[in-house]
Amino acid sequence: MTAILEMRSINKAFPGVQALSEVTLTVERGQIHGLLGENGAGKSTLMKILAGVYAPDSGEILFDGASVSIATPHQAQQMGIVTIYQEFTLVPHLTIAENVFIGREPGVGAFLSWGRLRDQTRAVMDGLGITLDPMTPVSALSVAEQQMVEIARALSMQSKVIVMDEPTSALSEHEVHQLLDICRDLKAKGISIIFITHHLEEVMRVCDHITVLRDGRNAGSAPIGDVTLDNIIQMMVGRSASELFKRTQSYATAETVLSVRDLRTAADPNNPNKTALHGISFEVRRGEILGIAGLIGAGRTEAARAIFGADRFEHGAITFEGKPVAIRSPLDAIRLGIGLIPEDRKQQALFLALAVRENLSIAALGRLLHWINFVRFDAERQMVERYRQALNIRMSGQDQTVGNLSGGNQQKVVIARWLAMEPKLLIVDEPTRGIDVAAKAEVHQLLDELASRGIAIVMISSELPEILSMSDRILTIREGRLTGEFQRAEATEERLMQAMALSGASASS
Amino acid sequence: MNSRRIDVIRLLGQFAPFLFLIALVLIFTSLNPRFLLPLNLWNILRQVSITGLIAIGMTFVILTAGIDLSVGSLLALAGLVCADIYKGGEFFTRLFGADVSGLAGNVAIAAALAMIIGVLGGLIQGIAVTRLGVPAFVVTLGGLSVFRGAALQYSNGGPISTFDATYNFWGQGKVLGDVPVPVIIFLAFAVVAHIILRYTRYGRHVYAVGGNIEAARLSGLNTRRLILSVYVIVGFFAGLGGFVLSSRLNSSEAVAGNGYELTVIASVVIGGTSLFGGRGSVLGTVVGSVLIGVLNNGLVLMNVSSYVQQIVIGCIIVLAVWFDQFIKARQKR
Repeated sequence: MTAILEMRSINKAFPGVQALSEVTLTVERGQIHGLLGENGAGKSTLMKILAGVYAPDSGEILFDGASVSIATPHQAQQMGIVTIYQEFTLVPHLTIAENVFIGREPGVGAFLSWGRLRDQTRAVMDGLGITLDPMTPVSALSVAEQQMVEIARALSMQSKVIVMDEPTSALSEHEVHQLLDICRDLKAKGISIIFITHHLEEVMRVCDHITVLRDGRNAGSAPIGDVTLDNIIQMMVGRSASELFKRTQSYATAETVLSVRDLRTAADPNNPNKTALHGISFEVRRGEILGIAGLIGAGRTEAARAIFGADRFEHGAITFEGKPVAIRSPLDAIRLGIGLIPEDRKQQALFLALAVRENLSIAALGRLLHWINFVRFDAERQMVERYRQALNIRMSGQDQTVGNLSGGNQQKVVIARWLAMEPKLLIVDEPTRGIDVAAKAEVHQLLDELASRGIAIVMISSELPEILSMSDRILTIREGRLTGEFQRAEATEERLMQAMALSGASASS
Repeated sequence: MNSRRIDVIRLLGQFAPFLFLIALVLIFTSLNPRFLLPLNLWNILRQVSITGLIAIGMTFVILTAGIDLSVGSLLALAGLVCADIYKGGEFFTRLFGADVSGLAGNVAIAAALAMIIGVLGGLIQGIAVTRLGVPAFVVTLGGLSVFRGAALQYSNGGPISTFDATYNFWGQGKVLGDVPVPVIIFLAFAVVAHIILRYTRYGRHVYAVGGNIEAARLSGLNTRRLILSVYVIVGFFAGLGGFVLSSRLNSSEAVAGNGYELTVIASVVIGGTSLFGGRGSVLGTVVGSVLIGVLNNGLVLMNVSSYVQQIVIGCIIVLAVWFDQFIKARQKR
């Protein structure tokens, strides 16, 4: 094998931080190369240099044996380096075909040839084993399907290197399988893939070679056959997996905090990605962590949002602390003592342009006021400092822009926002999506601690290991219906998977 | 080295409007020393005081990623009704039949009326934006036409002129020697607005809604009421502006404030407030307003025609936004 890409001694500094020092990365032709490291280790910076988004301060890039300088994303694409970002770059109102060939539409002069556009798109998608109609608008697709479209686009550009940044973080187990199969197909075609992920099991399953970064430096590089999971974790964090968080006891009581009866929502014609709920009933108790497992699009998030008052529901009764309640808006839910940590931090939780302090205190501001609603800045700062210490939030100061924190620390800020409200029930949707191993353990420990204080926690997650290690009790959901209930002791990945993915799985108890 | 260079760029970005203002002042002073005379400087401030006043309200709107194109028309309507009632309500009586001559000669009532009309105009538009879900651009484009039409209908197209000294004090008077009253009003409201945006819960919520409306809603903010409120605020300032302008010109006309929306939005944007919401300040808006005044005044002193002034202002708006985005792009790269 020969190297298609070599990045040598790359250096890059940002204000106040050396993001990369002397980083080297070598990718062979037809290789799936795992690029690993905690958040802030420099993976994204390195890949943005490769994509022409950032310019390196020094260093050399060899592509196909020749020294190159990549000045713009467009240039990177022309060379055959395509990046699929965590946040997709598709135009929602255009069709799959238009998105795949955007900027390179087949046609005569200014006129578009719809027939050729459709046929060429279908040819690319057939090569990937995707059966979607090329004329479907992208807005009608699930997250996993949109990702397939991104991959189809990359493929249609005759890419030689495809960079996938956290490609599986929004996918369910089943969809991850599909994606990994596609990666192996691409590899067989001689395409190289740089695979950035926090999911180490996937790395072991699909990668040929790994490179680990830590604090902007190379921490190790090896063929996958030469390393174990423990080795990799050690390279990433400088400590072994046995130190990661494990729950030791349950704090569940018999006292029901929230009870939901026959929750139903209608399908939304404007948002086909939204799953209708067909009668969801469950309860959660003080100090209990209730895990909700399901594939993407099973209705987990929809149920959480309906209970929190973020979306309307057609039918259903909610009882909170024994009293029937009507929750019509998030404000109603918050007044009862319910908090929601949404799945998409940047879109739904953070004010990226505002400071850490302002992000943390936004919900609890009502408790920090002088006369006529002046903010008591001293009290606010004290509160933020208290949570910084309690949650070990790493930031340069309270006035740092929240967008500059790592994913794990951003998540802690969101959690702190709700802790400041002293909630009785916390709904957490994908609490550790896109955050690194060490921060993940911290978040898990935090959730455990909250449960020990008597807070009821509903935890939605796509990651079965997370569900299994954290939950006292587990519900599985599929196509808007609950398909199973398991006590922690009786749940296994296989049993959950069956209830989540197979039709006709009946509720057990 | 590298990081220091970026820090300089960031600082430059933050203070760009202010630095640009200083540069303009230096240029105009060197070209014509009369520019720096106190009388001229007060004159500049007086000239921008009314659009500046409305720009304070517009800052709230733009911080929530909204826009209000109707301010000039609403100003005209409020100014007309206010002037008419002050003079005995001739047009009011003709239109509605009621005799309001008892309110004549009372500045407090006339001014309050102007502000009430502004608030009502803003309220209606705010309701249309938040309850009907029509984009603010469209709602206020409609408002621009509706309020202007209402003003023309109210006065039958003619002006209402000649008030007494009590009324005209608010637009033409001077206090503390040379300080024009409209300037005092402008700066006083700027201070109040600055305090509200920086130090109160409401201000924090305005930034939050503009920064990420979904996150704001999920954090328990009443996003509809917040958005409604900013249109009421800008309406209030448009109404107040109508009163001050009629007093300053000693006349109120249905065509008053024509094209003010451009100057007002320009003041806010040149002052560094992002049209996408969530970033900006009243302080910037004050600087932006003064900058436009300095530019106009300086060009007059240099005998540049008022037509060319419009061309220059238009270019500067585009340049200001370009510069803002250029700075942001440089910070990232």
